[in-house]
Order: sequence, then structure tokens, then C-alpha cells
Amino acid sequence: MESKVTQPVLEIDDIRVTFDTADGPVNAVRGVSMHVMAGETVAVVGESGSGKSQIMMAAMGLLAGNGRAEGAVRYRGTDLLTLAPRALNDLRGAKITMIFQEPMTSLDPLYRIGDQLIEPLRVHGGLSVKAAMARALELLKLVQIPNPEAKLRAYPHEMSGGQRQRVMIAMALANDPDLLIADEPTTALDVTIQAEILELLAELQARLGMSILFITHDLTIVEAFADRVYVMRKGLLEEEGPTEAIFGNPQTDYTRMLLAAEPDGTKAPVAEGAPVLLQGDDVRVTFGTPAGLFSKDTTLTAVDGISLALHKGQTIGVVGESGSGKSTLGRALLQLLPSEGRIVYQGDRIDGLDRAGMRKYRDELQMVFQDPYGSLSPRMTVGEIVAEGLSVHEPNLTRDLRNAKVSQALKDVGLEESFRNRFPHEFSGGQRQRIAIARAVILRPDVIVLDEPTSALDRSVQKQVIELLRRIQVEYGLSYIFISHDLAVVRALSDYVMVMKEGVVVEEGPTAQIFDTPATAYTRDLMRAAFDLKSLLLEKAG
Amino acid sequence: MLSYAIRRLLGAIPTLFFIITAAFFMMRLAPGGPFDQERALEATVMANLNATFGLDEPLWKQYVIYLGNLVRGDMGPSFVYRDLKVHQILAIGLPVSIKLGGMALALAMLVGSALGSIAALRQNSAVDYGVIAVATFGITIPNFVVAPVLLLVFALYFDIFPAGGLNGWQSYVLPVIALSLPQIAVVARLIRGAMIEALRSDHVRTARAYGLPTRMIVIKHALRAACLPAISYMGPAAAALLTGSIVVEQIFGIPGIGRYFVQGALNRDYTLVMGTVIVVALFVVIFNLIVDLLYALLDPRVRYD
Repeated sequence: MESKVTQPVLEIDDIRVTFDTADGPVNAVRGVSMHVMAGETVAVVGESGSGKSQIMMAAMGLLAGNGRAEGAVRYRGTDLLTLAPRALNDLRGAKITMIFQEPMTSLDPLYRIGDQLIEPLRVHGGLSVKAAMARALELLKLVQIPNPEAKLRAYPHEMSGGQRQRVMIAMALANDPDLLIADEPTTALDVTIQAEILELLAELQARLGMSILFITHDLTIVEAFADRVYVMRKGLLEEEGPTEAIFGNPQTDYTRMLLAAEPDGTKAPVAEGAPVLLQGDDVRVTFGTPAGLFSKDTTLTAVDGISLALHKGQTIGVVGESGSGKSTLGRALLQLLPSEGRIVYQGDRIDGLDRAGMRKYRDELQMVFQDPYGSLSPRMTVGEIVAEGLSVHEPNLTRDLRNAKVSQALKDVGLEESFRNRFPHEFSGGQRQRIAIARAVILRPDVIVLDEPTSALDRSVQKQVIELLRRIQVEYGLSYIFISHDLAVVRALSDYVMVMKEGVVVEEGPTAQIFDTPATAYTRDLMRAAFDLKSLLLEKAG
Repeated sequence: MLSYAIRRLLGAIPTLFFIITAAFFMMRLAPGGPFDQERALEATVMANLNATFGLDEPLWKQYVIYLGNLVRGDMGPSFVYRDLKVHQILAIGLPVSIKLGGMALALAMLVGSALGSIAALRQNSAVDYGVIAVATFGITIPNFVVAPVLLLVFALYFDIFPAGGLNGWQSYVLPVIALSLPQIAVVARLIRGAMIEALRSDHVRTARAYGLPTRMIVIKHALRAACLPAISYMGPAAAALLTGSIVVEQIFGIPGIGRYFVQGALNRDYTLVMGTVIVVALFVVIFNLIVDLLYALLDPRVRYD
């Protein structure tokens, strides 16, 4: 071990990545050098657009067609950038392997897990199908997938995100690599699954001794996981050093900002006796169809008898892992999905109303969705998007008045009025989420259901959106139902929290109570994975 | 899978029934009848003819009789080709049309996939633009233009292939090409688009990151996904080839069912038209089922249990 540590496995020397676009060349990476020693875990941290992923893409020869890389990326002395494709293919997947951010799409949906796992084994190791399958089974056991024999024959869509990421790790380990590049491997996963995957990686590294290059935007992971850290910003290296030094004594404002970007503050509970705006009694949502003459029973109860009362000015945080039914609950409360049980808005029963019946309540009950990229029509200008609700709910508005309202809404969410004529694709994720919020607040609703509105955003941007949501809540007396898997954000925004699991509420109460004295083991696990990753990983390693 | 197929076929019965009913009555709404000629026949002759073919009965009774016969597999006598029953005519013409259409479909899928894949792999190159140009050309030029040009060049001018009739495999070459050209164009465009998307997908990136050879990535991981939209198109394409063969069959003098479709309609040959409508409807139903099963075979996410 000692002699190995002296030699870098990977050496990146003044790398530059440029993309040719219709608007001229874009310099995504502008001269960055870094190295990874044998057995070391190195983290590259930066917000979206910092170029951290593009360095790895360039190193692995995976840049998009319009991208090119200059400089050098040396694997044990061999420059990967100038290597012939065939020689590069001998290294990729064998000595250097990669796992990606998107466990849902990184595996080919059309082939069984086993068939995909054996491909690199057969190509690089020259194994027979039978030998490769045996090795694949070993690998699945290594990454601790339950029921590995059956999983070999399973298709990716039959597995959860966490399981798929384990399969990716198995594939990465197949040929005993020297270096594993992990590009945001846990970003798309729930906190508890994230903790499990990180535990697994740490454990496997201790056992197998490969180096890990970890790319992430999430500093909390880095602190628990990495030996050294590189901080990137806008294509340049901002700061580098051992993890303790970066966390204990950051040298640049940017790093300090990243460290301080954890959402903070809390929300005071609403006054006793505040009126109830929206109330749900024993709400149930079922998908699928019961067994028929020729078909199996495919029913799935996503929300199983949940009751809640949202008071004026209140924010109810609904937390839970993916599949817990929290988004379904939010949609059912606004009758965007058919549901059973009573839903009452300001004394009127709105459950069972059809689209026309719901229309008069829609301006009071608004929703903001998670995906700031998918939820805005790419063919409408920002002004049109924000004004669209007005044309339905206040059709008699004069053009001037409508324009004034749009301007006000844009101002409310901290955007410039001049943005109204631009299209969504010209904006960053954070700005798009502001547009989505502007579209909701322009109707002066009573209630906004926010479905993971900050989950796709960088921490620093998240913080701004949280501030914005706080400000307009006070300004316009809004009530929120805030759905999120991100406990830190929920703690900052909500005064009442409901913890959901498998369609039911396992625990609920005032925010401080849930966070300080969680009553159930499930909530405690969630808290620990979210706030105490380091001790969790140390415990596992020690 | 089998129970799904059976369910689908059972589900098609009401559809077919509706099509037969609609076709039956719409046909009778058209002015004129099978025995109208330029000079009207004598009233007694006409009455005799009508009585012979059962056309003097009330319409609803004719309908019931027709359905009854149909269930027994009897499509009734043709009013124009009086020596033959309709199902006998179809038995002669249908195999020819199916052979022609099947070959055209196979050719379209093969050539279209190849062209589309090549264009996608060389996206925005001269090859790509060439394929798109040819594809656009193939879609826009109707086959009643393409077919005579092919005839003129390859049969009359160069005398490589026969100009008409059915004598050996050579006589299939030109009609199959004429028939498949527009379909090749559509398939090539579909495959090109889907292939470009597939090559950019995350799992293809994974395959590249794991050093798999390009040939394996393209054929195993990209093309299979890229085929899916083309497979979906096979249903409408098969229907288009069967009905679109009318023009090509006429031009090349091929005894398929296309000519009966036209002649039957022009002559108000009620039973013949009904027969061809039923055949085409059946064909569409069956082909859509085949397409769905094929789709499920290629994409495990949509398998039917």
C-alpha cells in the first residue's frame, strides 16, 4: 500500500473543454489541474455549470459531439486525450470506470441486468457467457442487492433507483478498476438510500483499494467521504486541499458561501385559532384497475387515508421518500387526481368536482411543480406563461391591467420585467422556478401546493428560492403545502410536518417537535441520513 | 402473451362487425346498381336479375342474409364476374397482393433502417443530408409517377425487367420498388430521428464509458431502441401497402386484389366491394396485433401478461 500511494493514478493537467455552439464557442472548463493518488478519495465540488462533470466526460472520451478538450489527462502516464479509440476502450470500463447521476436511465431498459453486467466482463476480460454470468452474480452479491439470482434476470424498470445504482456500482467494479469516477451518484436518490450507497462505496473501497473520484454539488457528502477536495466554479479551480482544511478553514468566499448554503431559519407556528382553509379527511388515492375477467388486480393505494387541516398562513411540510405518496397527496388535495374522502376548501366540498366545477377554485388553489425544465411550455414567452392563468380566471382584464399584473408578479419573485418577452430556455433552473412561482402568485391564491420546488436546484439557489417563498408568504398571506424529500428545506420552511411512508402518515406534529424528538424509528433514520451522514459512514467503516 | 392476443382478436369482432355494417349500407347509398348499363335493360330482365341475386328483398333482409352467409364463409357471388364467388376471387388475388405488399414492407424496413441509421451516425454530414433529401423525394413523389418512370427506364429502355404480368421473380422487382419507395422514406426518417435520440441516451453513454466496441453499441443498444417507432409504423404501413398497391398493380398489370377494389366500386359490385373491405379490415386488425406483440418483444416495459 505504501509504495502505491506515491504514484498518481490520474493526473489532469491544465484541461480545457470547449463547446462549439450556435452562439460561438463556450469555454466550460478553462484550465484545471488535479490528481488522484492510488487508494485516495478525491471530491470535485461545484454548482451546476461549474464544469466539474465535463472534465470527467472529456477524460473518458464522452464529450458531446460539439465538445473538444485540450491539455492532458494521464492515467498512469498515458494521455487519454490523445489515445486511439481502441486503446481508450481497453482502459474504459476496465481500469477506469464510471457511475452516473441518473440511475433510472443509465442502464439499457431493453436488456436484462445480467446481460448488461456481463458485457464489460466479456469485452475486457474475455470471459465466456457462463463464466461472466457467474461473476455477475458475485458482483451483485458484493453490492448487497437482495435476491441477486432473480435480479440477474430482471429488467432495469423492475428495480428501484437505489438498486439500479448498486447495479451500476457492480458494473464499475467488474474488472477490478484502479479508479472509479462517481458523477453525482446519489443526487437522484432518497437520503436514506444515499447513505446506503455511500456506505457501500466506502466499504468497497476499503476492501478493494481503488481510488474514487467523486463529483458532487453536495458538500455534506464530501465531508463524510473524501480525503481531499477540489472546489470548482465557472470552469476554474477555486480552491483545493484536504477535506478538514476546506471545511475548517475555507480560503475563498465562494467555498464559504457553499458551506453556508445549507438552508437556515425556521417558521413560527400560526396563531391559535387561525381559520382552516383546506381540509382533507381520510383522503385515499388508488391507481390501477381491480381484477377483471382477463386481467390481474393492478390496484395500488398511493395515499391511504390521510387527514390534514391547513390553517391560514401555515406551511405544512410533507416529507417522505420517493414512492411514499406525498406528491399524490398534494395532487389529490387540489383535485388534480380523483380521490376518495372529504376535501373541503373554505367550507365548500371540492372532492369529486369535475374540471368545470373545480375551475372557480383553481385561482385560489395553485401548484408549483418540481421540474423547472418540464413544467414551462418552451414555446411561450415568460410573459405569456405568467399571464395564462389570468386569461382563464380574469378574462375581462384589459391588456394594460394584465401587463401590469405580470410585471408585478415578476417583480414579486425577483425577476426583471424585461424578462417577459424571453423564452424559458434562456433561464437557469432557479430563474425558471421563480417563473413557475410567479405564474402561481399572479392569481393571488390562498393556497399553493409546492411539490419539491427546490429539489432540482443548487443549494445556493435553493436558499434564494426559500427566501422568496418566505417573503411572498408574509406579503400575500399565503398558506403552503410543501412537499419535499429534503429535510433541511422542510425544516426551514414549515411550521408543521407530516412524515409519510407507503401512503400513510407515520408521524406528524410541529416542526421543532418532529426534528428534535422524532418518535418513530423511520423518522429517526431519515434525520440521521440527512443530518448525520458522517457519523453514519464512520460507524460503518469503523 | 397468448391470452392477450386472444383478447385482442375477440375485441376486434365488434370493430369488424361495425365496419361490415357501415360498408354494407354505405355501398347501397351510392346511386346506381350492379346491372345499370348505358342503355337501360328491359324492366323484366332487370327484375329477373334482381330476383336471382336477391336484390328484390328489403335491404335489412339482404343484410341479414349477407351476414348469415358470411358467418359460413360465403361472401356471395360477384355481380360482375358472375362465374365466381367473391371469396374465390379473393383467394386468387389476395396471395399475390400479400406477397407484393409483404416484400415491399420487408424491403422498406430493411433499407429504411439501414439508411436511417447511417444518416444518424453521420448526423449533419453530406451523407445525412443526402438521405434526408432522398427520403423527402420518396415521400412527395406519388407512386403513379414513380411506377411509370421505373417501367420506362428499366423495362422499356434498358429491358432489364419485364414491363408487366407475373412471370418469375423478375416481374416483382419493379412493382416492389415502386410500392416500397415512399415507405422506405418514412422508415428512414423515423429511424434516423429515433437513432439520434438513442445515441444520445444515458445508457448508450454508459456503454461507451465501459469501452464496448462501437458496432456493439450501435446495433445492440441504439438500434433496438430506435426500431420501436418504426415498428409502430408497420401497422399503418401494411395497410397502406395493401390498399396502395391498387395503383401499382394496375400499372404493372398484376392480378392482385387492388384491381377488384377499383372495378368493384365502379361497377357497384356490392359483394366484391364488401369482400375487399372485410379483407383489408381484417388485415389491419391482425397487423396491429402483430405490431403490438413485436413491440412487446423488443421492449420489456410494455409486456402483456
